[in-house]
Amino acid sequence: MPWDRNQMAERAAQELEDGMYVNLGIGIPTLVANYTGDKDITLQSENGMLGMGPFPYEGDEDPDLINAGKQTITELDRTAYFDSATSFGMIRGGKIAVAILGAMEVAENGDLANWMIPGKLVKGMGGAMDLVAGVGRVVVVMDHQNKKGESKLLRACTLPLTGTGVVDRVITNLGVLDVVEGGLKIVETAPGVTEDDLRAATEATIV
Amino acid sequence: MQKIYDDAASALDGLLRDGMLIAAGGFGLCGIPELLLSAIRDAGPKNLTFASNNAGVDDFGIGILLATRQVSKMMSSYVGENAEFMRQYLEGELEVEFNPQGTLAERMRAGGAGIPGFYTKTGVGTQIAEGKEHKDFPTGPDGAPETYILERGIVADLAIVKAWKADDTGNLIFRKTARNFNVPAAMCGRVCVAEVEEIVPRGSLDPDHIHLPGVYVHRLVQGDHEKRIEQRTTRKKESA
Repeated sequence: MPWDRNQMAERAAQELEDGMYVNLGIGIPTLVANYTGDKDITLQSENGMLGMGPFPYEGDEDPDLINAGKQTITELDRTAYFDSATSFGMIRGGKIAVAILGAMEVAENGDLANWMIPGKLVKGMGGAMDLVAGVGRVVVVMDHQNKKGESKLLRACTLPLTGTGVVDRVITNLGVLDVVEGGLKIVETAPGVTEDDLRAATEATIV
Repeated sequence: MQKIYDDAASALDGLLRDGMLIAAGGFGLCGIPELLLSAIRDAGPKNLTFASNNAGVDDFGIGILLATRQVSKMMSSYVGENAEFMRQYLEGELEVEFNPQGTLAERMRAGGAGIPGFYTKTGVGTQIAEGKEHKDFPTGPDGAPETYILERGIVADLAIVKAWKADDTGNLIFRKTARNFNVPAAMCGRVCVAEVEEIVPRGSLDPDHIHLPGVYVHRLVQGDHEKRIEQRTTRKKESA
């Protein structure tokens, strides 16, 4: 059985180590916060916060306290606030250990596309280009194939890039792959998924 | 020098003209200078360029200036929460220059700090690197070269920002994540007007707790803020 969204998030949470400062993207990456267990993880929200807490109880929403997805959130006893230039200074400066992000396409050389589809509405890259260029390690969590059943792990990206050679690891519903010299290397497969299944579902070179 | 003005309109008096570049603070609808944006709409300058992370929603934030066609260009990282924006953008009435969010923040900070340009890895190999100077620096493992692009500092004709508290000398304190782009936007303005929820007498703020020193702030106005929430997300209290 391939992993579902929550199982992918649970697997992604294993990438995080005690003491890490981490940035989680929108979608499945947000769910990773539910699976960090006893690990001492500090979440960064790039609009200017370290130590992001859960959603507020109804009635406790504060318009001055939101995350990068513009959702109302809460602070923790470790929280620090700062401005946007400082926030991206710590991202660009490599102080954030890991970013876990969604993607439209990942290429076997680590290229990432997740911000625009030509001919469709372009809303902008937000902080994605800064994150992938700056953080220590980029982990992509996404479905292995698109809605048409085509591989999202490609020899080369077809969509405009967010960054070149930036992805370290990809966690999909079928398994975990690392970007290595010459292509992608299978690290593990989801329960009941064979390496042959994974190869058959992947356009990118698997070494 | 008296920095306090009675209302947003008088705080902007003599500062507005057609075709100017305005840097605005805020992230989404959080910490936006809502009173000054309304006053700019009422004053009516046209062909404005806004350096602002986002473009508001249809009836709030910069969206109210799109409705009146006062904006001709946006320098932003993420837009499109706003139907009129998308219409004008798709029909070519509105120019949009996409900037990675951290690059936009640093362009403002740099402009305000007297730095005309800086090299960054952000966007190398992507569309936004096209036409920009590329340069290698030995920053990789064992001094291996890595490629950077040159981004330019922004100096705006006017900065408009929103803070929580000010003293009468313009020292500002922000609240929680409403600080966001307000600090770099204020820094990059030749003139900066700040709207705040409360102006207190000098001596009332702890000097160690000032987020933005008054040297960056030329005019101040106090007012009531709507502070609209864009995405209200909550959790249920666990029942005992």
